[in-house]
Amino acid sequence: MNTPRASRKPVVELAQHGMSSPEAMIDMHGIVKTFKSAAGEVTVLKGIDLTIYRGEFVSLVGKSGSGKSTLLNMITGIDHPTQGRMVIGGTDIYTSVTESQRSRWRGRNLGIVFQFFQLLPMLTLLENVMLSMDFAEMYDFEERPERAMALLKLVGLEAFANKLPALVSTGQQQLAAIARALACDPPLLVADEPTGNLDSKSANAIIDLFEELARAGKTVLMVTHDPSLTSRTTRNLTIADGWIVGDSRKENDDRSLPESEATGADSTSGANVPPAMEGIASHWDASQTPGERLPHNERGRL
Amino acid sequence: MQSMSIPLQYPDSPAVQPALVELLDVIKVYSTAAGEFPALKGINVQIGKSEFVGIIGKSGAGKSTLLNMITGVDHLTSGEVIVRADGSPVSIHKMKEDEIASWRGQHLGIVYQSFQLLPMLTLVENIMLPMDLCGKFSPKGSRARALELLRLVEIEGHADKLPSQISGGQQQRVAIARALANDPPILVADEPTGSLDSVTSEHIFEVFEHLVSEQGKTIVMVTHDETLAPRFTRTLEILDGELMPMNRAGDGTGRRLVYEHTPGLA
Repeated sequence: MNTPRASRKPVVELAQHGMSSPEAMIDMHGIVKTFKSAAGEVTVLKGIDLTIYRGEFVSLVGKSGSGKSTLLNMITGIDHPTQGRMVIGGTDIYTSVTESQRSRWRGRNLGIVFQFFQLLPMLTLLENVMLSMDFAEMYDFEERPERAMALLKLVGLEAFANKLPALVSTGQQQLAAIARALACDPPLLVADEPTGNLDSKSANAIIDLFEELARAGKTVLMVTHDPSLTSRTTRNLTIADGWIVGDSRKENDDRSLPESEATGADSTSGANVPPAMEGIASHWDASQTPGERLPHNERGRL
Repeated sequence: MQSMSIPLQYPDSPAVQPALVELLDVIKVYSTAAGEFPALKGINVQIGKSEFVGIIGKSGAGKSTLLNMITGVDHLTSGEVIVRADGSPVSIHKMKEDEIASWRGQHLGIVYQSFQLLPMLTLVENIMLPMDLCGKFSPKGSRARALELLRLVEIEGHADKLPSQISGGQQQRVAIARALANDPPILVADEPTGSLDSVTSEHIFEVFEHLVSEQGKTIVMVTHDETLAPRFTRTLEILDGELMPMNRAGDGTGRRLVYEHTPGLA
């Protein structure tokens, strides 16, 4: 393993984008998912229409079996809908796209965080973070260790870079998994019960990080069964029996959206166009405190 | 306990070969809230090239800990593990963390009970990952090799699928292909059939047997299934952190060792 060299240029650099109106990050229409089993067919998602905008930090709550993880799998492309249209970042991910093309798209546009981390146990944290850069072809081979180290620094794990996952705590493993999810600087992060296997202190650290990322312009969608976490997100979706039955936004959230775009049977969201968020070209600065590390950017590129 | 160095000798090979893997007085003690727990109590063992070694023991006996000492995934409390993957002896626990990670990537393939495939990557991508880290193959070369390895484990038709779209047995085949990515001389497998049905387990075992007999790989496999013992070329039984004095030589597909007692034990 090469030791990351001193940075020649900022490892994490913002692209500069202008934006004057909310932009859909996820736009789904009529999503149905039916599973076939020996006992017959079970329709887990019954026709979901939902739009999630760039920069939102969204929680998706629901009881076990409500369809929340299935919906997440439709968004990540890990499973396929039986019917419906899923457009993410302007790409219709199920129409005329092969599995390998979808995989390539996923690598560049989506960061996925799992409940059980899914770090490869035989690789160091640094190697685990570097892995995701392999197929995206966004970073030169020589640049990858440096970028991976910067991402570990972002989540406060630079001192553990050469350790194996088994040698750090579960909370640290999840932070490393988030660093990996950010490896290719995706605009969208999806997390399936990311705190479900963590103590409350570690869980708070994860949610703090998601908040920072959303403020920096990432879109974060988090599945959880823990209602206490929904107070931290800017928008809360509730799913039951395969339908979105609740959709609310924080009153003071400045990322409220046009009424015509509000979704869900019980939407209580505010409905105003958000002020244009400034696209700030900023450079990574490791000397900043964690709360200052992430620059704001509405496109979600770091 | 005194360490002993017993050279390995096979019936069909009069030449004395240095051991591929050698554990010398390996002790592992875990500190817990309840006090210190000795998981390994002075293990001495040698494993030669093209052996298919089964480490058998009950839950908590220390078999996975023993495997972790060979892979360097966990640190030992005292003792030494020497591996001659490319002929030269390497004391793996004396390496720095980044050095051992690099060494492991080139010389060891690891297979887990829970497969450990990355769910967001296709099968062929999962296999390419270790190659890309190792830097031994070009991107084009690594894809070609990954497809070749998928053919070896008879699953090439699913190359562009995600792990969730294939069965558990197929996922384990992919994990084996990934473990072979950098063509390591040694494979270690921790309960690789532990979450598979018996028919699927048999297929996985056959893949391992093929790798030993046809490719000369050395495989060290942990299992709690004693019925598998005759299938290994050698079985090490572990109980309460100690190797049992006698171990069984298998009469399966591989070569049988001349001696049938655990080296280093009276």
